[in-house]
Amino acid sequence: MTNEELKQHITAALPTAVFDETGEWLNVQAEAGAWKPFVQWLRNGPLNMDYLFCLTCIDWSATPTGKNVLTMVYHFTSTAARHTIVVKVKLDRTKPEIETVSDIWRTAEFLEREVFELFGVQFLHHPDLRRLILTDDFEGYPLRKDFEDPVNMIKL
Amino acid sequence: MYRETQIINDSRKISSNGEDTGEGELVINVGPQHPATHGVLHLVITLQGETIQKVEPHLGYIHRSIEKMCESLSYRQFIYVTSRMDYLSSHINNHGCALCVEKGLQIEVPPRAQVIRVLMDELTRIASHELWWGAMAMDLGAFTPFFYAFRERETINDIMEETCGARLTMNYMVPGGVMYDIHPNFQKRVKDFIQLFRSKIDEYDDLVTGNIIFQNRTKGIGVLSKEDAISYGCSGPVARASGVHCDIRKLYPYEVYNKVEFDEILETAGDSFARYLVRVKELKQSVRIVEQLIDNIPDGDFQAKTKAVLKLPKGEFYSIVETARGELGVYIVSEGATTPYRIKFRSPGFSNLSALDHLSRGHKIGDLMAIMGTLDLVIPDIDR
Repeated sequence: MTNEELKQHITAALPTAVFDETGEWLNVQAEAGAWKPFVQWLRNGPLNMDYLFCLTCIDWSATPTGKNVLTMVYHFTSTAARHTIVVKVKLDRTKPEIETVSDIWRTAEFLEREVFELFGVQFLHHPDLRRLILTDDFEGYPLRKDFEDPVNMIKL
Repeated sequence: MYRETQIINDSRKISSNGEDTGEGELVINVGPQHPATHGVLHLVITLQGETIQKVEPHLGYIHRSIEKMCESLSYRQFIYVTSRMDYLSSHINNHGCALCVEKGLQIEVPPRAQVIRVLMDELTRIASHELWWGAMAMDLGAFTPFFYAFRERETINDIMEETCGARLTMNYMVPGGVMYDIHPNFQKRVKDFIQLFRSKIDEYDDLVTGNIIFQNRTKGIGVLSKEDAISYGCSGPVARASGVHCDIRKLYPYEVYNKVEFDEILETAGDSFARYLVRVKELKQSVRIVEQLIDNIPDGDFQAKTKAVLKLPKGEFYSIVETARGELGVYIVSEGATTPYRIKFRSPGFSNLSALDHLSRGHKIGDLMAIMGTLDLVIPDIDR
């Protein structure tokens, strides 16, 4: 599918979606509220996005306009039709919460656990939201921009 | 975290006449210091008798937070750190990062550098698959293949040392090309190696592939269906053994991969033996690519002219390469500065590991080594 066709389909399913075509792939801005039905449609609807190949988070707090913003970034591909889209969801940095997608794409279970401990994002209804990498007594979220650790120097 | 080896009494089985059979769930730890995990992977395994109920990976023993480190390194410097992710595919890691920076700056890589890069990638793939082949056979109790594999792998390491100055973490690819030109002996030594390797490759099949004990231990063990492979985000030989068409070199060709002839190896069984077959057959395909290119390295520059300080324009850039383990994605978010605002490495090992629990449930504890061996896990790639 071309970007135009993708946009038509997505607008029909999610009228509030905002598009951005400056990058390599079509970027879709979605909202956390209508998130779960939208991703279910992405997987089971006409786009058939069966492959979630990258799930991550960006902390915008070091930029002038993003003081209170975390953005979840999902890269989806359809292995049959080979079209790719990037879906972004803005979260409130003081209380980041979003519905899990691990019941739809099973790879998300580990990827969300990683984001949970490194960024502090709560994934609602995740089957097993525990720490994967850090020790249980670790304090703070290492990949957030304001994280400082004088002992285990990460920032050079 | 670390759990004591224990028998959980609550789950003890009581036989029909009310007697305690002594059977219960047993929790054991494999790793972090276990020879078959090839690194510091820690698995907490719940057993019922000898049958695996659940496998929980605990990571982080070698987590260096490379993504955070990269945020304070320049676009030239951060590539060196990535050699330490998947240390068996360090050329290909460097390649992915260099491609991403080149995409942002729209640098045209000279043809000579493109061919050298692909040659290095394929030699790395051969070396990586060889190490996997020897180590996996050793996990299953065959000690000899390890020496056979290392005999040939050593030659590749010597070739790398001569041209790149290092044997494992090469740091040879830079934005715009490669760091220096190839050594004058490079072509001759690679050709000698290919000749030697062609004669040895069939020995591998004789030694392991046709071995009935090996086949019995891997056929039908850890079956991954095509749908599950996609859902778990598996890539590389693990997904191709389940019939997923996922070779990045074919799907999104980079450098000169669209000009060389090679086959994407697909199997359909999805079991440990299929994963084994895919990698062994890929060795021959990599040799094919090297043979086509080694006499056709174009003359010219080995590096494009770039500015001393690289600044990526504001935006997001994503590049994908096929490492020996699968799909490596490099995602750079730039705010227009000399350092990346955020970097994410989509590592193939992390996604492949997430399928381990699904693959091992219901199998015997001894089969876990066959499953882990054929997933080809490299722990620094998973932890990053």
